[in-house]
Amino acid sequence: MFQHDRLNSEITLFQKIRNLDYILLISVILLSVLSVFVMYSTDGGEILFHTKNHFVKLAIFFPLMIFIAFFNIKLWHNFSYIIYLIVILLLIYVSFFGIKSSGSQRWMDLYLFVLQPSELMKVAIIMCLAKYFHRLKIENVNSFTSITIVLSIIIIPIIFVISQPDLGTSILIALSGLIILWLGGMKIKYFIYSFITFLISLPFIISFLKPYQKLRILTFLDPDRDPLGAGYQIIQSKIAIGSGGLNGKGFLKGTQSYLDFLPEKHTDFIFTLFSEEFGFIGSVGLLILYSIIIFRIVRIGAISRSNFARLFCFGYAFAIFIYIVVNLSMVLGLLPIVGSPLPIMSYGGSSMLATMIGFGIVLSAKINHKQIIA
Amino acid sequence: MIKSNSGIRKTDVINRRMFIIGAAKVVVFVGIVARLFSLQINENKKYLTLSDKNRIREWKLPPTRGNIVDYFGNVIAGNLKVYQLHIIPEQVENFNYLLVRLKNLLNLSDKRIARINKLKTELKPWDSIIVSENLSWSQFVKINNYLYDLVGVKPVMTISRNYPFNDVYTHVLGYVSQPNEQEILENETIKARFVPGMKIGKLGLEKKLENHLIGTNAIQRYEVNAYGKRINQLEHQKGEQGSKIRLTLDTEIQKACGEFLNEKAGSISVMDIYTGDIIAMYSSPSYNPNSFLFGISQDEWQLIRNNPLKPLINKTLSGLYSPGSTIKPIVALSALENKVIDTKFKVKCTGKIELYGQTFHCWKEKGHGWVSLKNAMKQSCDTYFYEVARLLGVDRLNITAEKFGLGKKVLGDYFDIEKKGLFPNTKWKKNNLGKGWVLGETLITGIGQGYTQTTPLQLCMMTAQIANGGYAIKPKIVVDSNPISYEGAKQSMESGLLFDTDSEELLDKKLFKNQKNIKIVQEAMFASTNERFGTSYKSRIDDPKYQFAGKTGTAQVKRISKRERELDLELEQIPYKDRDHALYIAYGPYVNPRYALSIIIEHGGSGSKAAAPIAKKLFKLIIDRHDLRNKQSNFERITV
Repeated sequence: MFQHDRLNSEITLFQKIRNLDYILLISVILLSVLSVFVMYSTDGGEILFHTKNHFVKLAIFFPLMIFIAFFNIKLWHNFSYIIYLIVILLLIYVSFFGIKSSGSQRWMDLYLFVLQPSELMKVAIIMCLAKYFHRLKIENVNSFTSITIVLSIIIIPIIFVISQPDLGTSILIALSGLIILWLGGMKIKYFIYSFITFLISLPFIISFLKPYQKLRILTFLDPDRDPLGAGYQIIQSKIAIGSGGLNGKGFLKGTQSYLDFLPEKHTDFIFTLFSEEFGFIGSVGLLILYSIIIFRIVRIGAISRSNFARLFCFGYAFAIFIYIVVNLSMVLGLLPIVGSPLPIMSYGGSSMLATMIGFGIVLSAKINHKQIIA
Repeated sequence: MIKSNSGIRKTDVINRRMFIIGAAKVVVFVGIVARLFSLQINENKKYLTLSDKNRIREWKLPPTRGNIVDYFGNVIAGNLKVYQLHIIPEQVENFNYLLVRLKNLLNLSDKRIARINKLKTELKPWDSIIVSENLSWSQFVKINNYLYDLVGVKPVMTISRNYPFNDVYTHVLGYVSQPNEQEILENETIKARFVPGMKIGKLGLEKKLENHLIGTNAIQRYEVNAYGKRINQLEHQKGEQGSKIRLTLDTEIQKACGEFLNEKAGSISVMDIYTGDIIAMYSSPSYNPNSFLFGISQDEWQLIRNNPLKPLINKTLSGLYSPGSTIKPIVALSALENKVIDTKFKVKCTGKIELYGQTFHCWKEKGHGWVSLKNAMKQSCDTYFYEVARLLGVDRLNITAEKFGLGKKVLGDYFDIEKKGLFPNTKWKKNNLGKGWVLGETLITGIGQGYTQTTPLQLCMMTAQIANGGYAIKPKIVVDSNPISYEGAKQSMESGLLFDTDSEELLDKKLFKNQKNIKIVQEAMFASTNERFGTSYKSRIDDPKYQFAGKTGTAQVKRISKRERELDLELEQIPYKDRDHALYIAYGPYVNPRYALSIIIEHGGSGSKAAAPIAKKLFKLIIDRHDLRNKQSNFERITV
C-alpha cells in the first residue's frame, strides 16, 4: 500500500510522457491537421483569416492539453467544484456584461480572444457531477437530497445559458449532466418517467420557444416550405453532402462551399464542406477517427482506479459522442437546426478550448490511472 | 472493507451502465452512416443535379434569323454585324458616374439615360442592359479606348437584321423590331426564345413566317456563386440560324416597279399565269424598313405617317379600288358563257343611254356608233357594256367574277392585312344594305363602278386566269418544298387539272364552260392593245416576242357632275383627291402567254395615259428575264 502511494505521488516526467495515450494523442493530432486543411478549403484555397486563427488556436490549446495532462488527476478532482463555480460566475458575468452578437449575449472579451463560457460549462458540469457521484455512497444515489443537489447542479447553468439565448448549448450541457446521473446509478425508472413527462409537456415547451426557434422546428419538419429563407441552410447542406457522392468532389473543389451556397461553413456546417469534398468514404473515415477517440476515452475510463476518473471519462466520451451526433444529424437534416459545433473541426476558440481541456483531463487520467482518490 | 465494497459495487454499476450507452452509441453511429449512404450514394444523382442547378446559370443569346432570298437566291433580308454597348449592372462600381461618362462619349439623350435607369431596376443585376444597339465604328473605337475607366461596360459585336434593298421589299417582308409584351405572350416560340435585345417580325412575311425564321438561341453557361456573380465560363452551345425562305419574287422586276411608280401612289403586281408565282408585288410609295431596326426617330416616323400618299398601306393587298373598265373582260366572258351575247351581237352607242329617267354616259361623248364585242372592248365602250350587263343581270355576272377570284383573298392567310374586296349581287345588297337591287346598279357594275371593290392583286390574278385559258391558279409568294415546273404547271392545266400544292392533288379547276369564250375575250383584249383605236394602242409592242394584250381602266373616285362633264377638265386642273385612278391589266407574250400584270396608279388619270405605258416598259423586262427564271426552277429547294 505504501509503495503504491509513493509510486503515485512521485511519478517522473519521463514516466508521464511514457504513460500518455498515444493512440488518442495521434487521433487528436490527425483531427487537428485535418481541421486546418478543411479550414483552408473554407477560405477558398487560401490561407486567410479563418485558417490562420484556427491554426493559432490549435497551436495554443494543444500544448495546453498536454500541460493539463501532466497534472495529477487528483488535482482535477480537487478543483472540480471550484472550476464549476468559476464557470457559473463567468456565465453570470456574461449575462450582465457579455458581448451581444446577432441577438444573443454569450461572449466575453478576453482581449486575446472572445470566450464563450457556456462551452466551458460542457466540461465543467461533467467534472462537477463526476466528483459528486465519486463521493456519494451508492446507497444514497437515489435519495431525495442527492437528486435535488444533482438536478440543481444541472439546472443552474442551463438557466443562464438558455436565457442568453442558446438552446443548442443548453441541451448539450443538460445531456452531459444527465449521462453522469445515468452512469452514477440513478434509477432507470426515473429516466423513463422524466422522458415521458418531457414528451407530454413538449407541446407546452414549444409554446414557450422563441419564434425563430419554432421556425427552425417547422423548417426541420419541412425544409421546402421556405427554400430561400429558413429552409435554405438545410437544403443547401443536403445538396452539398448528397452531391459529394462516394469519392467527393475533391479537395478545394466543393462547388457548394466555394461558390458560397453553404451558410456557416466555417462553424456548424463544416462537416458539409468536408463531406462534399471527400464524399462518403471521407465522411465515414472521419466518423471512424471520432469513434477511435471515443473508444480510447472509454478505455481510459475503464482502466482507471478511481470512480472520478472513470465517471469523467465515460461522461466525456458520451459528451463528445453527443456533440458529433447532434452536429451531424443537424447537417444531414435529421434534427432541427440547433447551433452545435463539431469538436476540433469547427472554427471557434471556446469550443476547442473546452474540448482540449477535456482531452487533457482524460490524458491525465490515463497517466495516473492507478491513482486512488479517497 | 465495507467502504471498498461499496466502491466496487459503484464501479460495477458504472461499467454496466456504460455498456448500455456504448451499445446505443454504435446504433446511433450506424444510423448516421446509413443516412450518409442514402444521401451520398442512393440520392447522389439528384443532389448532383441540384448542385449544378445552383452553380450553373445559362445565358441565352438572341437567335440569328434565317435569310429571306428572292427567286434567284439574292438575299433580300439578311443579317449584318453591328457593334453594341452593354452594361452589366452587377459589375458596375458607380452607376451614375458611368452613365455620365457614357453620355458624354456617345451623346446619349436624357431620355435614353432615364430609360437605362429604368431598365436597371427592372432587370436582374446580371442581365445586360443595352445602352446602344448600333454603334458607329468610331464610337466603338472610342469606347474601347476608354474601357479601363468604364467598369461594367461590355462592347459587343452582334448581328442585326438588314434589308439590303431598302424600300424595295418593305410591303412584302415587313420589318423586325423589339417585341412588346403581348407579342411575347401570344407566340410560344418567341416566348421560349426571348432574350432582351431580340427582334421579331412586326409585319408582312417577317411576322407570318416568324417561327421558321427565328432560329434557336445560342447558350452560354457560366458558373455563378450564391450571389449570382459570374465566376467562370463553362461551355458555349451554338444556336441554329432560322430557316432560309425563298420567295418567288424577282428583285430586278420588283426594283423596276419601284422606279416606274416613283413618287406616285399605286401598285404593280406581276404573276406567272401557270404556277401562280408572284414575280413582283410593289406598293408605292414605300419606306425603308432598316429605319425600324434600332427604333425609328420621331421625325422620320411622322414623315412616313403623315405622307398623303400613305406609304404605310400595302396597296397591292389592302388597297380597294373600283376596277373600272378592267372588269369588262369578265363581263364579256360572263355574257358569252351565259349565251346572252355572241360575237355578232351589236349595240349602238350614242354617247349615253337612258334608263328610267336616269342617264348613263359613255366615256366618249359622241358615241361609238354600232359596236360589236371586239370593238366595244377595244375602245372600252361603256354603252355596250351597260347593255350587256342589263341583259346578263348582276347575279350571273357575280358568279363569273367570283370564279375568277374577285371578292376573295388571293394569298389566303399569308398577310393579315389582305382585304377581300367585294363583288356585289342582289342578295348581298339585300343582306347588307337592306335594300333591293336597282337595275341602274347593274349597269354601272358592268363598267366596274358602283359597289365593286378589288385589290390590285385580285385583278392580276383575274387577268392571269384569263390568260392561261381559263384555269384556276393558286398564287404564291414563297417557293414551297415541292415547286411545280413551269412546263408541268402548264401541261397539267391544259389537261384541265390543277396541281394543288396544299392537298398535293390534281384538281379540276376549269373556270369556263366553253373555252372558245375565253379565246374571244383574249382576242378582244389583244385588239384593245394592238389594233388601231384600241385604248392602249400607243403602249403596244409590235415585236411578237414581247407583244401583250391588255385592258385599260379609269375608275372614278366621285360622281361626275353635269357641269364637270361639260367642262371636260384637264387632269392637272382637278384637285388630286378627285382625280380618277388609272388602271391597267395585261398579259404577255400574246402567243404562248406567261405573265400577267396589273397596274394601278391612284389619282393618275386615265388608264391608257398613266398606267399602260408602264406595262410596255415592264413587259420588255419581264420577258427578257423569263429564260433566266426558267433556269432557276431547279434552284435549291427550301422547305417552309
